[in-house]
Amino acid sequence: MEKNRAVLQGTHFLSGDLACAEGALAAGCEFFGGYPITPATEIAERMASRLPEIGGVYLQMEDEIASLAAVIGASYAGKKAMTATSGPGFSLMQENIGLAIMTETPLVIVNIMRGGPSTGQPTMPSQQDVMQARWGSHGDYEIIALAPSSVQEMFDLTIESFNLAETYRVPVMLLADATIGHMWERVKIPPKEEIHLSWRKKPEVAPDKYKPFKPDENLVPPMACFGEGYRFHATGLTHNEEGAPATVSSEVQDRLVRRLCNKIRRNTKKIMKIEEIMLDDAEIVVLAYGITSRAALSAVRMVRKEGIKAGLLRLVTIWPFPEELVAQIAKKSRAIVVPEMNCGQLVREVERAAKTTPVLLLSKLGEEPHRPSEISSALRKAIK
Amino acid sequence: MKKSNILQNHPFAKYLRQDRMPHIWCEGCGNGILLNSFINALDELSIDLDKVVVVSGIGCIGRAAGYVNVDSFHTTHGRAIAFATGVKLANPELKVVVISGDGDLFAIGGNHFIHAARRNVDIKVICANNFTYGMTGGQYGPTTPLESWTTTTPYGSIEHPFNLVHLAAASGAIYVARWTALQVRRLKNSIKKSLQKEGFSFIEVISPCPTIYDRYNKLGTATDVMRLFKQISQVQHGYDPSKAVITKNQIMVGEFMDIEKPSYGRLLREMTIRVQEKLKGEESK
Repeated sequence: MEKNRAVLQGTHFLSGDLACAEGALAAGCEFFGGYPITPATEIAERMASRLPEIGGVYLQMEDEIASLAAVIGASYAGKKAMTATSGPGFSLMQENIGLAIMTETPLVIVNIMRGGPSTGQPTMPSQQDVMQARWGSHGDYEIIALAPSSVQEMFDLTIESFNLAETYRVPVMLLADATIGHMWERVKIPPKEEIHLSWRKKPEVAPDKYKPFKPDENLVPPMACFGEGYRFHATGLTHNEEGAPATVSSEVQDRLVRRLCNKIRRNTKKIMKIEEIMLDDAEIVVLAYGITSRAALSAVRMVRKEGIKAGLLRLVTIWPFPEELVAQIAKKSRAIVVPEMNCGQLVREVERAAKTTPVLLLSKLGEEPHRPSEISSALRKAIK
Repeated sequence: MKKSNILQNHPFAKYLRQDRMPHIWCEGCGNGILLNSFINALDELSIDLDKVVVVSGIGCIGRAAGYVNVDSFHTTHGRAIAFATGVKLANPELKVVVISGDGDLFAIGGNHFIHAARRNVDIKVICANNFTYGMTGGQYGPTTPLESWTTTTPYGSIEHPFNLVHLAAASGAIYVARWTALQVRRLKNSIKKSLQKEGFSFIEVISPCPTIYDRYNKLGTATDVMRLFKQISQVQHGYDPSKAVITKNQIMVGEFMDIEKPSYGRLLREMTIRVQEKLKGEESK
């Protein structure tokens, strides 16, 4: 029997970066376009070694601008495609993130966040690109971003990122950090047939009837690919359903941009993944994501032993932000503590949703993620 | 005759998206000649249009991708070649053609150009060189001749321009040609040749810009500029591209480079086969 080389089987000891590459292959990714950058390089290295085994393409471009442009091209040529980078490369990608949004290109961008601004601290973790992921490219748009907190999740959420990208025809961001990227843990890979995969919806009409940007009931247009005989045009310019530029029509601009936002906004509940831990009777809540949520869970357990009714809301999906849910939890809580490895980014969203409930930022920069004791002290202070 | 009848009866009707006409280009512009030559080349080669992809960047000629009735993509400024590289490697069956301008390909996109040529990716780059940024109203760019007047060189340009054919040849292109918009038959033949070769091809098309660059620099009407092209063009195939510098008195045109070299796609396929055969061998042990 021919071995399935795309999906490793069984249990493996992997770093987060390697698990991400294996997740991508299990998701059906056949094209990687990237540029080496710490702490994401191991993803590129693994893909360079693994993709030829399955007949895929590893392409190292001259910079991250070109990397994402090539990934968009590969996706339009019909392949599941991805790139992986860190802050400085992510900054360079912002231009073509806009293009991917405007041309509704399914693809995955992995950002193993390191300390910034600028070259910053290449080997040190951060969560400093949370707002750049949301707002980095010009114009109005919505984005999907997932935050893994373990090596297992680097595998699982990379697959999930591809599924979301294909379902909604959007670039999906996997926002990890240097700690998770470089950390080694056990990864259990399920049998191939148990891995759920989504693929872009194909047009069901004849080529002469095909309108490349006419949405279905889910606000997502079925996608033809190059070479399939549909002979369509796509552009970064504002365009109508036929794909023709409409550079001065207010109506087309309004309809297109609102649809691009609404296809994510209206599907927020379907997209959203969160974990609610000990929240039922919680008087005080930690809202955390990524690596920080692990220390947060320990902290919640520590203070529970002391009789403090604490709970954890872990965001797996950070964009779109689960505003309604946070508002509901805030209503029942005395305070929300938000540990972040930045000067306070997602905390702004929490404050907006929490309204009158006090929100306390626990900001940390540099080498070390939050310690459980730092978060537990913040919880004790907050409950007083 | 009504617009729709003219379009439907045009011999190239099937090559154009009729709903996108009229095009945005000015009277006397070379872009239409370039597009016409490209379509003629496709027609004479009877290429399967379902397998052609045209990619362009930003600028006047950038709209070409939207006019041709094949799969096409209009990228962000300068990124046409990087996008096209992804398309070609993801689906090697496709003929991938980049049609863009001098500013797009050589200023903001210069890095992508040299690296795609170096890799010898099997894409065909056709550049409309009008020596200026036309879409934004005539600023100087990477090919603007020294001392030219543009809106951002009000005292004359003090920058040395690129010699595009030299840059292409030095970067690794396997086919390099230059024509002016006057030599349409030769231009068409060059496009045909490049479409039949496997590797990175570059064709520069010196294009009149009567509305902006030629007017600012008092070169006269479009027909005056065509007359000038006739006077100063000198055809010399195999001419050393490093010496083919464009001057006021001379434009060297011709095929400057025509060689064979394994394309990136070919090397990639060969490597993939080697890797997979080795794996099969290991698995059967």
